[in-house]
Amino acid sequence: MRKQETKNVITELETYLESFSEFEKRAAGRNLPWLRSLREDAFARFCQVGFPTTHDEDWRFTNVSAIARTPFRLARNGFARVSQKELGPWRVAGVACQLVFVNGRFSRELSSMGNLPVGMKVNGLGKEIAGNPTEIEPHLGRYVDTQRDAFCALNTAFTEDGAYVHIRKGAVVEGPIYLLFISSAENSPSMSHPRNLIVAEEDSQAIIVEDYVSLDPGPAFCNTVTELVAGDRAVVAHYMIEREHREAFNISTLRIEQGRSASVTSHSVLLGGGLVRNNVHPVLMGEGGECLINGLFVGNGRQHLDNYMLVEHASPRCDSRQFYNGILDGNAHGVFHGRIIVHKDAQKTDAKQTNRNLLLSDEAQIDTKPQLEIYADDVKCTHGATIGQIEEDALFYLRSRGIDEVSARKLLLFAFATECLDRMKQGLVRKHIEGLINHSLFQVANTRAEARANSRKDEGRSWEEMG
Amino acid sequence: MSLLEIKNLYVEVDNHEILKGIDLRVNAGEMHSIMGPNGSGKSTLAQVLARRESYNVTRGEVSYDGKDLLAMKPEEAACEGIFMAFQYPVEIPGISNAYFLRSALNAIRRHRGLDEVDAMDFLPMFREKLKLLDMDEKLMNRSVNEDFSGGEKKRNEILQMAVLEPKLAILDETDSGLDIDALRIVAKGVNSMRSPERAIVVVTHYQRLLNYIVPDFVHVLVNGRIVRSGGPELALELEEKGYGSMEAGARQPAPA
Amino acid sequence: MNSNLNTIRDLADREYKWGFVTDIEEERVPKGLNEETIRLISAKKKEPEFMLQWRLKAYHHWASLEKAEAEPKWANIKYGPINYQEITYYSAPKRKPSLQNLEELDPEILRTYEKLGIPLEEQKLFAGVAVDAVFDSVSVATTFKDKLAELGVVFCSFSEAVQKHPELVQKYLGSVVPYTDNFFASLNAAVFTDGSFVYVPKGVRCPLELSTYFRINAAETGQFERTLIVADEGSYVSYLEGCTAPIRDQNQLHAAVVELVALDNAQIKYSTVQNWYPGDKEGKGGIYNFVTKRGKCLGVNSKISWTQVETGSAITWKYPSCILQGDNSVGEFYSVALTNNYQQADTGTKMIHIGKNTRSTVVSKGLSAGHGQNTYRGLVKILKGATGARNYTQCDSLLIGDRCGAHTFPYIEVRNSTARMEHEASTSKIGEDQLFYLRQRGLKPEDAVSMIVNGFCKRVFRELPMEFAVEAQKLLSVSLEGSVG
Repeated sequence: MRKQETKNVITELETYLESFSEFEKRAAGRNLPWLRSLREDAFARFCQVGFPTTHDEDWRFTNVSAIARTPFRLARNGFARVSQKELGPWRVAGVACQLVFVNGRFSRELSSMGNLPVGMKVNGLGKEIAGNPTEIEPHLGRYVDTQRDAFCALNTAFTEDGAYVHIRKGAVVEGPIYLLFISSAENSPSMSHPRNLIVAEEDSQAIIVEDYVSLDPGPAFCNTVTELVAGDRAVVAHYMIEREHREAFNISTLRIEQGRSASVTSHSVLLGGGLVRNNVHPVLMGEGGECLINGLFVGNGRQHLDNYMLVEHASPRCDSRQFYNGILDGNAHGVFHGRIIVHKDAQKTDAKQTNRNLLLSDEAQIDTKPQLEIYADDVKCTHGATIGQIEEDALFYLRSRGIDEVSARKLLLFAFATECLDRMKQGLVRKHIEGLINHSLFQVANTRAEARANSRKDEGRSWEEMG
Repeated sequence: MSLLEIKNLYVEVDNHEILKGIDLRVNAGEMHSIMGPNGSGKSTLAQVLARRESYNVTRGEVSYDGKDLLAMKPEEAACEGIFMAFQYPVEIPGISNAYFLRSALNAIRRHRGLDEVDAMDFLPMFREKLKLLDMDEKLMNRSVNEDFSGGEKKRNEILQMAVLEPKLAILDETDSGLDIDALRIVAKGVNSMRSPERAIVVVTHYQRLLNYIVPDFVHVLVNGRIVRSGGPELALELEEKGYGSMEAGARQPAPA
Repeated sequence: MNSNLNTIRDLADREYKWGFVTDIEEERVPKGLNEETIRLISAKKKEPEFMLQWRLKAYHHWASLEKAEAEPKWANIKYGPINYQEITYYSAPKRKPSLQNLEELDPEILRTYEKLGIPLEEQKLFAGVAVDAVFDSVSVATTFKDKLAELGVVFCSFSEAVQKHPELVQKYLGSVVPYTDNFFASLNAAVFTDGSFVYVPKGVRCPLELSTYFRINAAETGQFERTLIVADEGSYVSYLEGCTAPIRDQNQLHAAVVELVALDNAQIKYSTVQNWYPGDKEGKGGIYNFVTKRGKCLGVNSKISWTQVETGSAITWKYPSCILQGDNSVGEFYSVALTNNYQQADTGTKMIHIGKNTRSTVVSKGLSAGHGQNTYRGLVKILKGATGARNYTQCDSLLIGDRCGAHTFPYIEVRNSTARMEHEASTSKIGEDQLFYLRQRGLKPEDAVSMIVNGFCKRVFRELPMEFAVEAQKLLSVSLEGSVG
């Protein structure tokens, strides 16, 4: 068993070695010593630890051997093939700007930069690395822990492009900054490692949306890292939408660094993807910070949706709230891992965590694991988890009032999802997400009855076998 | 006679000297803003005026409404009309917002020799204030600050101020962590409280709030001393030049 | 000096006011435990043969556990060894307990209960509360008997029930807590001297709150009472239990057993305010309260609800539990446990879901002050057949000061995938911040403390009958010794 896993690691490492040496030769910023060593150290670390296995406590419920076994190669210059027309469905009106990334590479032509307000700057990270490295250096790679997480190490090794957002001190950007990530398998297993850097200086305010979509089916592996720095008293809302194809692998890490009295909200909405791992890792560095980690995951078929939350309280008087709701149908497998670390000096910490789940079929599965590590003595920590089904009584009640079954189911599912929507601020983004959730829940409600009848026939391949 | 008069105030917290000779006069009807960088002593000043007892006054005097404020306990100061909006409002699980606020209101009314307000008379007035701050009526029955977001907590502080109608209101960094919409609502609530009988002291780090609440006077607190005082234009100057320009006399920063 | 601290210290300095000793003549059996003791107790009580046999079986079981040193050690509590041969297992007020009316009661005992605030003269009673008073293991008075008899409700001492209703006793005794259940339950089964017995017949809603006051008076005695409540089909009863004991330097053992049986559509509400002597500020003396309480929802749609306010005893070790056997049956557990000075509590509940659509609710509020150690230990078990079972558990701890501790051990075992479980837990600390906030709004320090504590306990107090809720609130503020750090 152990032996076989080791073997897996070696086989696929050769492909990565090849990709990395090629990458190093041509990557933007290859002549910057700090960036070079950042990449090389990260790659060395990745080679050392390889992909995690389920023996690793942080990956107990998620088997990534399907990623480990697939010879993914870096996707190259795919954006040439994407037309404005194909982008149509993913355009969102009313945003401050929409940046488009194809397989992790920024495409200026496909992006609409809008009328950016004074005090903010958005660009492809690659362009900034090439043209403005001194602005990037103090932040890039300073927050994610490549030691702890192999995927972060892998991303850092291949760091080249992604979004760079910079909000100047005191600036308020009221319209959302929309980042669209398109992945395309291009008929062979391809991977991308988008790297985003968002710096909101003190007293600034901004709304960021990351939206992950696929252009075509096929095994695409998107491994994102976003470093979000919120300076003192900054107010930042971050949204992550995952709606890729069911064969896609999506690993994302949002690492948030919060200053004094900064307020950050992170909303994750996972509707698509085959194997998804969503890491959110805020560190409350300054006194009086506040963070809300809100999420909804809706899975069916063979989807595997893993949410790994790590909230670190490193300063006194910070509040953190985690609320994740999961809806799982078919053979979907959901994971909620909520870890809270309260460091020694983080007195008067107030941390709360709630995970609520609806299982719609007998085969759907959820693993929920709270983990509290408290090293300060004056703190308030709460955790709660529920697992339940749609109440047959409620369903019957609605149907007895003349509402058909699909609508009744959708209504009940939507009520459950609304808890999550209600934690988003009213406005454009929420409305957009509400539409996406609505659509997704309608499909779940619609297929529920058939799925139940056909469940025996549906011996589909599991995500572990794919690739 | 000024409503509040602070003379040469020195304060220690945990044996660190935080305030090093503060002089300040605030008259009824005035709005003052105290600005300063982290650790300058802004919050300490607010807490001392609200009579936090772990803060040790080593020198100086404070008169409030002709009385010796430093001789008062926190509840006495509250009953005499001092209100502080906390930077970190506290949660009281199991006690509803409405019950808590009515208990506080009645404690203050008793002190003033007025009749207590019963629940029937209290509710309509409470509802009206909720509306002013764009707050949901459900908040009446929810436990004090429990499960409130940061923004809701700050709004709840202003709601309490609106109900308790103090003579001297001190707002301790009520703006931090608020997004721009919440900030506007809080500002509306504060502005509605301005009256010739009432003084308001706004403690803030950043001038954005002052775009909405225009103070009569701005004081800059650096390293435990008021280094400059002026009109609202001083806040704009700070915005432009930063505290650095005024920190000339400041030594190492002290803990908050 | 910080007067917030002083307020809590002032509350702290109130002494245990129920700690007086009543000077009456007692009748005792010699110290120590052997088969003779059991026969002597049974004979004194003129028990039928089945009782003696049951006691003897229990004794032999216990003796084998004792020999195997099987006294339970898993609880999160610490105490020195108990010498079971140094305890007096039977002590009774000398005057005959079989009273025809209250005038025959020893006036000293009557005065004791008056001092405790529990007048036994019926005209002085709260309307709607019938009281059974148990003095050193023996029931000394039961009030309102006639009124209850009209409805067919049996409310009497256990001894009397053995004489007058042996068939009910034989049928239900040990049916929920068998004599083999645990070390202390075995000991109780062997030596229990008295307790309360309640039977509510079919379809009767008992109009009075039934109440028992337990008092340990004699020195070096153990109190081993046994309570059995049977609610027949469609009936309802609310039962209250209160406890006090005098101040003594020696630890005294209290090992009671309570069994509840609810048949189809029956409801039992069982409330306890436990205020046994907790020991002094240095942790000397006090009661070891090792109690087994369990209810069985035997019938469909039955419901058993436990509410407890535990402020006394040096050590509390108890888990009022529900066996949810009947379909749609409901179990509830609401608890406030306070430990102060050197008190220790390891308490919680077990909810065993057997029937379909069974539901349970657990709300536990632990308050720790001084050097108090407070442990919540709870088991929720959903068996294979318990389709549609639901549990809600909320378990909060409040620390007052920084030398105390709170510990939480939830155990969840689910064998049926349709189960719906909710669990919430929190630990917080009452500190200068909270008090200052309330005082800044005009509240006096003592009002601020009581507001915080009452807010914390609100969900549990709400479950107590009115008079008990008021008493519990008072008790809590009096028992709040300790300090804020």
